[in-house]
Amino acid sequence: MDKQSLLMRLFYNDRGGSLLLGLLGVAIVLVPLLNLAVPEASMLHLSTYTVTLLGKYLTYALLALALDLVWGYCGILSLGHGAFFALGGYAMGMYLMRQIGERGVYGNADLPDFMVFLNWQELPWYWLGFDMFWFAMLMVVLVPGALAFVFGWLAFRSRVTGVYLSIMTQALTFALLLAFFRNEMGFGGNNGLTDFKDILGFDLQSDATRAGLFVASALALALGYLLCRYIVDSKFGRVVVAIRDAESRARFIGYRVERFKLGVFVISAVLAGIAGALYVPQVGIINPGEFSPLNSIEMVIWVAVGGRGTLYGAVMGALIVNYGKTYLTGALPEVWLFALGALFVLVTLFLPRGIVGLLNRKRADA
Amino acid sequence: MKNLDHLRQVMRRDQVWEFMLPKASRHQLDTHKGPILYLEGVSVSFDGFKALNNLNLYINDGELRCIIGANGAGKTTMMDVITGKTRPDSGTVFYGQTINLLRLSEPEIAELGIGRKFQKPTVFEFHNVFNNLELAMYMDKSLWPTLVARLSGEQRDRIDEVLQIVGLSEQRGQRAGSLSHGQKQWLEIGMLLMQSPRLLLVDEPVAGMTAQETERTAELLTSLAGSHSVVVVEHDMEFVRSIASTVTVLHEGSVLAEGSMAEVQSNPRVIEVYLGE
Repeated sequence: MDKQSLLMRLFYNDRGGSLLLGLLGVAIVLVPLLNLAVPEASMLHLSTYTVTLLGKYLTYALLALALDLVWGYCGILSLGHGAFFALGGYAMGMYLMRQIGERGVYGNADLPDFMVFLNWQELPWYWLGFDMFWFAMLMVVLVPGALAFVFGWLAFRSRVTGVYLSIMTQALTFALLLAFFRNEMGFGGNNGLTDFKDILGFDLQSDATRAGLFVASALALALGYLLCRYIVDSKFGRVVVAIRDAESRARFIGYRVERFKLGVFVISAVLAGIAGALYVPQVGIINPGEFSPLNSIEMVIWVAVGGRGTLYGAVMGALIVNYGKTYLTGALPEVWLFALGALFVLVTLFLPRGIVGLLNRKRADA
Repeated sequence: MKNLDHLRQVMRRDQVWEFMLPKASRHQLDTHKGPILYLEGVSVSFDGFKALNNLNLYINDGELRCIIGANGAGKTTMMDVITGKTRPDSGTVFYGQTINLLRLSEPEIAELGIGRKFQKPTVFEFHNVFNNLELAMYMDKSLWPTLVARLSGEQRDRIDEVLQIVGLSEQRGQRAGSLSHGQKQWLEIGMLLMQSPRLLLVDEPVAGMTAQETERTAELLTSLAGSHSVVVVEHDMEFVRSIASTVTVLHEGSVLAEGSMAEVQSNPRVIEVYLGE
């Protein structure tokens, strides 16, 4: 089957997805153009701050997409996806730390500042190799993937499902939060990793690099969407939905349910890790706060608001809720958490299929 | 003493160790002695309650067998044991002469050609009728082959054929969740057929069906016997009488009586158990 017809098949009845990819395509061209080519005085100029903000939203959207794949399609409510996101972020952060080199406050070519501060004499073994970009990128994929594999293998083999599994994922991210807080872990403890200078030789503070990171995020989201769409559209995807709806039926038909769950969980964790790796250079810091259970729950709300089990709904939810967060935390900081809670309650009560469900119903009525 | 027995089992000279045997496949099924399924001395207890008590049961290849019994007689537990959901405390379960079912998981047993219909119709409600059958189809069901699977013309024809058999051709594009109760029962039977099974375990197939639907189901099941072995668990005596050649009565986890419907009904122990209470 040639490429064209594969794409046509994937988007034959996915209007939301086609629209999403179209918009991403426009953004990839327009955003850097408005930021770099249009003079600052012009009305149309997009500030670098906005570009970075949009880039950050796109990494969140990729994360929401990953969560929707396990939750919306496989019915595994993960309350610990922040862990995979943060691990991907830390892998990227370690690369960026090594790039600082002698420009750190203490001017040590090998050791990051926090290690010098702790009187460490040499680099711990698990920091070796992170000065190479390809190695760091490999770890961005491998570390979250391996954690998801081990965790999922144990959990799914024991047939842990539902709320119990959710609580375990929550415990997983909380345990990592506590571990990364410790200075002895060698990941910068409480402060995390920050003060990054450049990535692949490009200055992280320059407008062009920021625009480049935005484009990379948009591309990652588009490719991630295509991958998820391919999975969901295949027989594999139908098996996964079948497992969500009638697990024992699927088992008695001959599907090894545990393996399918594990497969989806690992793919999702890898996507979350990639999202984390794109997030860190744009916000300029990664610290243990990213592991906090609250973050993971917020992700679930993004997906629920957008509408789970549609992929593009998750992307939409992530963008809308995060825009709301940026706006509200600026305008009325103390209201945000209440708004988030209220949003979740309202969506659960009145919009079980999220905004996408609402739009579809509107269209069906018309 | 017990350890010695274990050691003797491990060191038996007339057979190789279990893990050295080739993986069971459906081509290995050996029914030349007659029975396709052997249950011998099977006991299962839940918290002291004996669901199955030294059950002995043989199902012949190509036979249509009905199993009746009061609630709690162990019918569903028996199916759980055969399909790998429940492991018995003691006893052996063999599929044909050679395949030990107690060593296999549910998907492995399904792959060997044992299909099961649940008491409550269980179909994939979100998928349409066609996709339900597609998912059930006999093929390599591991991860990668499912990811890249494309339906061949033959497979399409097979699905159409089964749609015909279960009378759901017109509903092929309809969501399974929107089918009527009887249609769901049929869809589940259709899914069973798609697995190309040798042995079908059917739990209460006519529950909630109209008289007409019941009749059609009876026709369907009798037409399957011969090329398949069919085990039907059912409460509806009228239905059992209309299809069965051999009936097995379960009572408190073991076989109380076995024979034709007329024999079973005139059996004094059966009468005692059914009417005496």
